[in-house]
Amino acid sequence: MVKKNIMLKIKNLHAKVEGKDILKGINLEIKAGEVHAIMGPNGSGKSTLASVITGKEEYEMTEGEILFEKENLEDISPEERAHKGIFMSFQYPIEIPGITTTNFIKTAINETRKARGQNDMPAKDMLKMLREKCDLLDIDQKFLSRSINDGFSGGEKKRNEIFQMAMLEPKLAILDETDSGLDIDALKIVANGVNKLKRQDNAVMVITHYQRLLDHIIPDYVHVLFDGKIVKSGNKELAVELEKKGYDWIKEEIKE
Amino acid sequence: MLQLKEKLLSSFIAFENQKDVDSYVHGIRTKAIKNFEKEGFPTKKMENWKYTSLKKALNYDYKLFPSESQTLEFKDIKKYLIDEIESYKIIFVDGKYCSHLSETTHEGMDICILSSALTQPKYDLVIENYFDKISKKDGITCLNTAFSSEGTYINIPNNVQVDKPIQVIYFSTGKNESVLYQPRNLIVVGENSHVEIIERHQSLNNNSVLVNSVSEIYCNKRSIVKHYKIQNDKRNASLIDNTFVSQERNSDYNLHTFSLGGELTRNNLSIFQNDERIESTIKGITIIGENQHVDHNTLIHHKKPNCNSYQDYKGIFGENSVGVFNGQVLVEKEAQKTNAFQANNNVLISDKATINTKPQLEIFADDVKCSHGCTVGELDKNALFYLRSRGIPEKEATALLMYGFANKVLGSVSIPEVKTRINNIIANKLNVKIGFDI
Repeated sequence: MVKKNIMLKIKNLHAKVEGKDILKGINLEIKAGEVHAIMGPNGSGKSTLASVITGKEEYEMTEGEILFEKENLEDISPEERAHKGIFMSFQYPIEIPGITTTNFIKTAINETRKARGQNDMPAKDMLKMLREKCDLLDIDQKFLSRSINDGFSGGEKKRNEIFQMAMLEPKLAILDETDSGLDIDALKIVANGVNKLKRQDNAVMVITHYQRLLDHIIPDYVHVLFDGKIVKSGNKELAVELEKKGYDWIKEEIKE
Repeated sequence: MLQLKEKLLSSFIAFENQKDVDSYVHGIRTKAIKNFEKEGFPTKKMENWKYTSLKKALNYDYKLFPSESQTLEFKDIKKYLIDEIESYKIIFVDGKYCSHLSETTHEGMDICILSSALTQPKYDLVIENYFDKISKKDGITCLNTAFSSEGTYINIPNNVQVDKPIQVIYFSTGKNESVLYQPRNLIVVGENSHVEIIERHQSLNNNSVLVNSVSEIYCNKRSIVKHYKIQNDKRNASLIDNTFVSQERNSDYNLHTFSLGGELTRNNLSIFQNDERIESTIKGITIIGENQHVDHNTLIHHKKPNCNSYQDYKGIFGENSVGVFNGQVLVEKEAQKTNAFQANNNVLISDKATINTKPQLEIFADDVKCSHGCTVGELDKNALFYLRSRGIPEKEATALLMYGFANKVLGSVSIPEVKTRINNIIANKLNVKIGFDI
């Protein structure tokens, strides 16, 4: 068996937002080719974890470290993290009127290529890729000339996130509550898109409250986040158990 | 200022003596110069000019009539035209009409020049009915009226859809002199008629230029007028644009003002709704930087019931630039069921930039819907993070957001080529790479 590279290594991560401690010592290791699910009740710190990894400025790391492909991410800007291959699908994608999705994605791809010392992607290749990824996610090409998420339904916004992920081909994709606001059909399309993008050299972190997305994106590991710490890890059976019993039994377990 | 005023007053006699002193307009000009003598130039002491000083702009030794006019070829002016489309063209160079660059018509309508209309008897009736009828009688407008001799004359009879847009450009080439230009435009659009007008003032050299322009626009019943003002002049050029619009029943006047260049720009815009079921839409994009000043002074006068007005002005202010928005909406007692909307949204991208925004709603009717909102702010932090998280560096992401902010106004531009042109100017100004759409 080929030894898999460690892609993301989080050591004793503490972080605060607006002066409040949210993450209180997270340890996590994600290898290339793996799918990790982070589950947990509301307010446990799931989205904070995603924001800290992607470098959102309001989130202050107070202790520990995040290594991405052995490189410490401290003091690295969000755009540089993106250039290194980190991507987050937003829980609440932002509406930006006045900029078309095409122009946005084109700028994102070419800035990333520039940072990697590559030339702009030729327009022909870009068009081809746009078409392919639209097909993959069952997106009408007309939506590309609409402003980013402007007036999109919840489902369309989430699909647009995965579309961007498909275009940017990240090494590590963090899906923050991508299932919220999706009906079952849209959920299947999104999950199918994510699965098709899955390779041996990339990894996915799925953050979710419910198990239903994990029926479609099968995780290798499931971690339960509670009060800023990972309190339990297991395989996909853990997700099923959580769905059945809720989070209360975990809380009980911790108390014991 | 005083010097210039004296100079103008003494030049008037010589100017007017060259003209036909028995004409109808002679009386108007003579009255106007007296008015100007009394009122003078506006100063910051006046409420409407509180934030805009003309001191610097009036401090040059302007020529009132350029001593020589340079010959321009099409290649010299091509880039200032929207030349991807067929259009009528009225081109002026140094205050004089330039026939070889223009494309005018008298077939079924008049798209030509004011000097003809003022001097040929067949136009007398139109001049008597419309000339100087709605223009304000303040100093700056009267000054223009006193010297009004050249400009655009458009008269569209009833039931005519003008087949292509009309582009009007005033070029200034004056080699070694500062010049004050005073173009005068008269536009009369007949019942059921439809016209699109693109207007621009462009200096081609680095001498100081001041343009004091007056336009009177009459929109008769059910007419539709789409008007675009491209203000992207050189940094040595200042503009005072006075536009007066008179609207009749069911007419629709739609104006976009793109204020991107120039040193000082003052837009005085007054719209008078004289009857019912009138639509007036005025929008603006202002993007300025170092040592630039743009002032939008608007008035929408609702006189009758069941009319709408919609104002949307957006601005991005960098360096030490100054922006002013003074939007007056006057709803008379009779104007019930008026629907008036006004928005002025601004982004300051420098600590040194200033914006003065003042909505002025005077409502005397009791059954109306009037809303206004002014915002002055920075760019949305969450949107900025969203773009950065996709790999777009902070500087580019900021530019892209500003571009998007301004770009929203372009949605209602009816001529795609104008939209593309403005889009490109804005993208260029903000250093955004665009031009790739499916």
